[in-house]
Parts: sequence; structure tokens; C-alpha cells
Amino acid sequence: MRPFDFTRPADRDDACLKGRAEGAAFVAGGTNLIDLMKLEVMTPAHLVDLNRLGLDRIEEEGEGLSIGATVRNADLAADPRVRHRWPVLSRALLSGASGQLRNRATTAGNLLQRTRCPYFQDRDTPCNKRTPGSGCSALGGETRNHAILGTSEHCIALHPSDMAVAMRALDTEIEVQDPDGRMRSMGLDHFYRLPRDTPHIETRLDPGDLITGVRLPAPQGDRQIYRKVRDRASYAFALVSVAAVVRMEGGKIAHAALAFGGIGSQPWRDIEVDAVLTGETPSEALFDKAGEILTQGAEVQDGTAFKVPLVRRVLADVLRKAVT
Amino acid sequence: MKISLDVNGTRQDLDLDPRVTLLDALREHLGLTGAKKGCDHGQCGACTVLVEGRRINACLSLAAMHDGEEVVTIEGVADALAGTNDARFAAIQRAMIDNEGLQCGYCTPGQICSAIGMLREAAAGWPSHVTDDLTGEGRLRLDREEMSERMSGNLCRCGCYPGILAAIRIADGSGLTDGGLRSRNSPPDPLRDRPRLHSDGGGDGDKA
Repeated sequence: MRPFDFTRPADRDDACLKGRAEGAAFVAGGTNLIDLMKLEVMTPAHLVDLNRLGLDRIEEEGEGLSIGATVRNADLAADPRVRHRWPVLSRALLSGASGQLRNRATTAGNLLQRTRCPYFQDRDTPCNKRTPGSGCSALGGETRNHAILGTSEHCIALHPSDMAVAMRALDTEIEVQDPDGRMRSMGLDHFYRLPRDTPHIETRLDPGDLITGVRLPAPQGDRQIYRKVRDRASYAFALVSVAAVVRMEGGKIAHAALAFGGIGSQPWRDIEVDAVLTGETPSEALFDKAGEILTQGAEVQDGTAFKVPLVRRVLADVLRKAVT
Repeated sequence: MKISLDVNGTRQDLDLDPRVTLLDALREHLGLTGAKKGCDHGQCGACTVLVEGRRINACLSLAAMHDGEEVVTIEGVADALAGTNDARFAAIQRAMIDNEGLQCGYCTPGQICSAIGMLREAAAGWPSHVTDDLTGEGRLRLDREEMSERMSGNLCRCGCYPGILAAIRIADGSGLTDGGLRSRNSPPDPLRDRPRLHSDGGGDGDKA
């Protein structure tokens, strides 16, 4: 690990100011950051500890829920309100990582976790995300845990989160404080940037911007499913995952929000998929059509071609269960 | 930087480079070598300790992040549990030996600390990936699928998983693991489903 100094800010304002310094990084759970610091893939000069800023609360806010940035994944998954009203989020969290990791990993850290592309983690190979302009070793290399949607000719890295996939289907808003003390909020669609020719810039956060928490609006559907397909039964990243939030009215799909993991450069959602389902009577032909729309722009490698038929089948199966 | 930790009930004042992980602080600075460095990347669970009562990977945490917190390692786990509501969980140490829950023993301290944390989580009603009913209204029962899922962060390369699960079942006195070695989808296995209970409940072995 490269040397760094470790500071504990007095409050949020102080955290933003310290976080704005050149080479500064926030740490909360540390389960991803400290791992990457050991590999010297990430080399912050200043580590700003967010653990004692009171950002660890889950509070009801109208019909929604406000979740602090440093709420542990384990606590969020076990929260009775989440389990009852946003079960897709509990399910997604419980499908990720291990018991020990969920006890440390946090809400904001999960959103900001880095790709597990092996070339990103290997300093001996070119990687545009780690070293801009050096090239992409995954293109033409060994691929499996890589994206097929939202990629570019410079990067095919996958966003590995389960939690963020459920949050995307739930129209979650991310709340951010900037170093001038101003608050702003944005949906996950705006928060994440496509890789294009700058895959090292992953979000719309600026230096010193602090995620203070996220806000879950009232659930729009009572039928919520998270399905994850992976190489082993537990403690593995998704090859493909689907989060579904559906509401039925009079035999028709009144609300459909589908989000996907294991296939996108960011937690993936396609409004055309939701639109083709909404207002329709469920049928196998409809589910197939949704899958075709989802994958029509897919860019596959030898190691990721299987994800196109796999995600279509998983989507159809999830929809079958969601509408019955 | 100067920090203090409460380790196994004793206050420890340390002056550490910020890079020192909690695991290295315990092993290299305090001589507590029970928690093991396996992968050092949070994948194997051999470094599992209990911090503020919860199981975590000590390799993926900086000691500085735990200033003022309470840490329990395998060396102190029996004393830490004594007299608490979780005192029964200490039986897992004896049960690991009696049920051959280890061969080389490298993963064992992490398995035990993880199992204690896991049993606390289950006692608090936390669901897992394989729990059918998320609402918490149905009784949580730690069958084989539940225990395997909840312990998936701890690898045993000797493959002693059946013995580890048997030991966990014995350590849990609350009935959470009642019938727990039976798989949901398979008929009872008379050999595997019978844990070898320690004969005299606390002595030093099976002296006939």
C-alpha cells in the first residue's frame, strides 16, 4: 500500500472540504477501496473517514425512506420497512457478497464500487479505466464478468452491484452535498456516466462532493422480484440479474420497472423495455419482445455472447412470476 | 497515528502507520495470531473477528477506522461470551473438535468467529438470500441451506464443511438449527444428520 494520511472530519462540511483536496478519497466500509489500495490500483494520498458523521440512519420520509450513506448493507437488508415495502432491495442486498462484507459495506460505497474486470485490477496490463489512454485488455482478452450494454471501444467494464440494480428499478434518488454546502439530488440514470472515451470518469460527482444518502420513493409496484444468476450458489457476482417492480390492474401490467445487473457498464435500465410492457396483457410474445428490445444494441465478446440469450430467458421467467 | 482498541476486554494503546489493517494490528502489534491471513482480500474469511459484536473481515479494515471500538478475536471469544445471552455459542469451540470441523485448522478461528456472528444475526431475525419469507413473520429455521448460505464467506480448503455445520448446530441452543443438517429437498441421512454430541458436556474428551 502507498503511504497516505488518515483524517476524521468534524462534520459533513469538513468532510467535503477535506474530500476536495488533490488525491483525497472518502472511506466508509473500505471493503472495495482498501482491497484496491493493497493492489495499488487506487493510491489516495488522503483518506477521509466518514464513519462517525451520523450518516448511518434509516428514516421514514413521507411515503418514502431516507437511507444514510454509511448505513451498512446488512442493516439495510434487515430493516423491517425495507423487507415489507421494498423487498426487491433486501433481496438484492442479500444476494451480494458475504455476511462479513455486508456488515461493513455501505450504501454509498456500494454505489461507488469499482468494476471487478481482472485487467482493471492487474497493474501489469493496459486499462483505460485505471490508466487513461493505455488501451483495453478486455477487448479481445478473457471476458466473462464484462458488460454487453453501455460499453465503448475503450472499455467494456461491468458495474458489479446488486443493490444498485434494485435501486434503479425503484427510482432511487442520490443526495449529494458539495463543498459549498449545497445539496442536490439525482437519479441513478444521471449519476452514472457511460464510458465513451473517458471510462476513468464513472459518475457525475466532482471533487469534494459527498453522497449523504439516498431516498427511496414510495414503491410503485407490490410485485417485486430480484433474480440473480451466477457461477456458484453464493458469494459471487452476477452473470445476469434482473430486478422487477410490477403492479397489475385488471389483468394488465399497470407499472413495470425492470433493471439489470451483470450486463451493463452501469446498473442497467431501458425505458423502452418498461414502456413495451406497460398497459399490456401479459403473454410469452410480450416477454420475448421485451427481451429483444433490451438486447438489440448489445455488443458481445466471445466470453460474453451467452449473456444475450441468458438475460432474455431470465427476464421472461421473472416477468412470468411477477404477473401471476 | 495513535489509536486505542478494546481487544478481548483489554484496552490497547497503539501508535500505527495508517496503512496497518486491523488484522495486522492484531497479529503483528498485539501478538494475537489466532485470526489468520489467508487471501488478505476478503475472499476467504480466515481473518474474521467480531467488532462491536459483528463479524467482519479484519484484512479489509484499517485499524485506524476502529479507534475506540471493541474487538473480540478467537483468543477472547469464550470470555467475551461468558455471562451474556450468547454464552451458549461458546460451545462451538469444543464442538468443532468433537465433530471434526477442521483438518489443518487454518480457517478455524475465522469459522468460529463467523459462526458466532452468524448465530447472533439469525437470533436477531435477519433473513438471508435463501430465506423464503422476508417479512419475518414465519419462524426462521437454520437448515443446511441457511447455514451454508450464511457461512459462504468462510472457505475451508480441507472441505470440513459437514463437521463445521454439525458444530454450529450444537453451538446453537435456541433451536434455530433444529433438524438443521437435513437438506430441504433430500431425505434424512442417518449418518450425517446425527451430530456427535460431546459425551459429558464439558470435560476433556471421550473417556469411556
